[in-house]
Amino acid sequence: MSILARIKSFLGMEAKPDKEASQEEVEKVAEEKAKPRIGYIHLSGCTGDGMSLTENYDILAPLLTDMVDIVYGQTLVDLWEMPEMDIALVEGSCCLQDEHSLHELKEVREKAGLVVAFGSCAATGCFTRYSRGGQQAQPSHESFVPIADLVKVDLAIPGCPPSPEIIAKTVVAAINGDMDYLQPMMDLAGYTEACGCDLQTKVVNQALCIGCGTCAMACQTRALSMTNGRPELNSDRCIKCGVCYVQCPRSWWPAERINQDLGL
Amino acid sequence: MVLGTYKEVVAARSTDKQIQKIAQDGGIVSGLFCYALDEGLIDGAVVAGPSDVMWKPEPMVAMTSDEILAAAGTKYTFSPNVWMLKKAVRQYGLEKVGTVAIPCQSMGIRKMQSYPFGVRFVADKIALMLGIFCMENFPYESLRTFISEKAGVDFDLVEKLDIGKGKFWIKTADQMLTIPLKETHGYEQNGCKVCLDYVCELADVSTGSVGTPDGWSTVFVRTDAGETVFKQAVEAGVIETKSMDDVKPGLGLLEKLATDKKTKAMKVIDERKAMGLPVPFKGSGEKEDPLANV
Repeated sequence: MSILARIKSFLGMEAKPDKEASQEEVEKVAEEKAKPRIGYIHLSGCTGDGMSLTENYDILAPLLTDMVDIVYGQTLVDLWEMPEMDIALVEGSCCLQDEHSLHELKEVREKAGLVVAFGSCAATGCFTRYSRGGQQAQPSHESFVPIADLVKVDLAIPGCPPSPEIIAKTVVAAINGDMDYLQPMMDLAGYTEACGCDLQTKVVNQALCIGCGTCAMACQTRALSMTNGRPELNSDRCIKCGVCYVQCPRSWWPAERINQDLGL
Repeated sequence: MVLGTYKEVVAARSTDKQIQKIAQDGGIVSGLFCYALDEGLIDGAVVAGPSDVMWKPEPMVAMTSDEILAAAGTKYTFSPNVWMLKKAVRQYGLEKVGTVAIPCQSMGIRKMQSYPFGVRFVADKIALMLGIFCMENFPYESLRTFISEKAGVDFDLVEKLDIGKGKFWIKTADQMLTIPLKETHGYEQNGCKVCLDYVCELADVSTGSVGTPDGWSTVFVRTDAGETVFKQAVEAGVIETKSMDDVKPGLGLLEKLATDKKTKAMKVIDERKAMGLPVPFKGSGEKEDPLANV
């Protein structure tokens, strides 16, 4: 299949499967689909997102060997020139003082069909938002922005790191062209100014909060607790990953997918 | 399908005399959790447990039947149980977690299972979600205010709270007081007003008092996981059941209340949308069935 045809299929012109990632699904896809070419671009992040991917022990081997071709990535592929890719996973935010990162990001946009902001640093800036420079070996590196500030991003997968499960589900959905599943992640591509205070301004202040505690459960740095049935943010601990708001049942609500997953 | 998708609906109650005495209605949640714990179907359950403050629940991980029973009975204010799920998995090391949820909490949990962005290996450990019918929830101070001001009772003397027959019931050691529900509506939390789900349509098993006589509960068995546990509990004699056709007032009342909740919420959703306020659900004009739970 040509790159164009593959990208078209990613954009929803293919039959939609109704199963989530599972061993059988991985095997089925491995048999039926042409392998998409995937690149892994590492900007300013801690490699936690990549490590989370590898925690998919059960399906990792078939995922990497049978379902996709890893065609570019530091330490993964011995290649200097960036090739054409179907999907580029970009980990980390982009440092505006780092010409190499700026160049690499622009090049990814040109070479990849789908650019995925993988993890909160790429998606929202996350804790790199707080950078103030002054560190070796490049003390002048102080401004870090989510990649969507610089290039068009097709999908965002927030999380610090994103859970292994969401990574597996997303990869399988992307390979299958399951655009229904990916739609929320496409919508999140514009969500770059994430902050725990989103709960206050976009949920509590909007009279939508029901005190369920999902945000506090989702918080990956224990910046959130529940006081009188409402989220309370410890802004010293908030890393602006955006997961609390993304996980809140009152920010967006995937009713059809949930009914499908439950068999209801 | 105003009552959601389900495999079976029955009238039921726990056969355990102790549970019957302390539980809210049929003791279905307590009975099923105790049974599931004893049989190893779950390792523990996240429940709304007691706190130092009367009638102000705190989420807790119950690991024994005694702890389950200590949390029996309905509290009418927030217990952010979903918050505790991660702790149940990480700190208590549970592999099979049970949890009790009202509809909004079930939505948080199910969304987390379908889209576990930042929630690492918790989604697959939710083994049994028991849902409770819910019309609205009250902030703690709301509850305190209308009980002390409208009913004129010292909050510390209250032994049991209940909602039924259009009234809010307050039981103390020597008297039973009521407040008409229409007088409590102004005290409910606002977030409830866009909620379309009365009978916890996303739970594995959902239950509540409406539809069945005092001391019994209506039980919807919805998912495969719920069916497995409920059937086993009935076969083991822990839960006794009757056909819904044989009890009063029956499903008709539930259908009416569920329809009322959806109709009211749909109106609020449409009004909010017209004002440009955010709301995560579709407006009535955007969906085929205006009463569908989306």
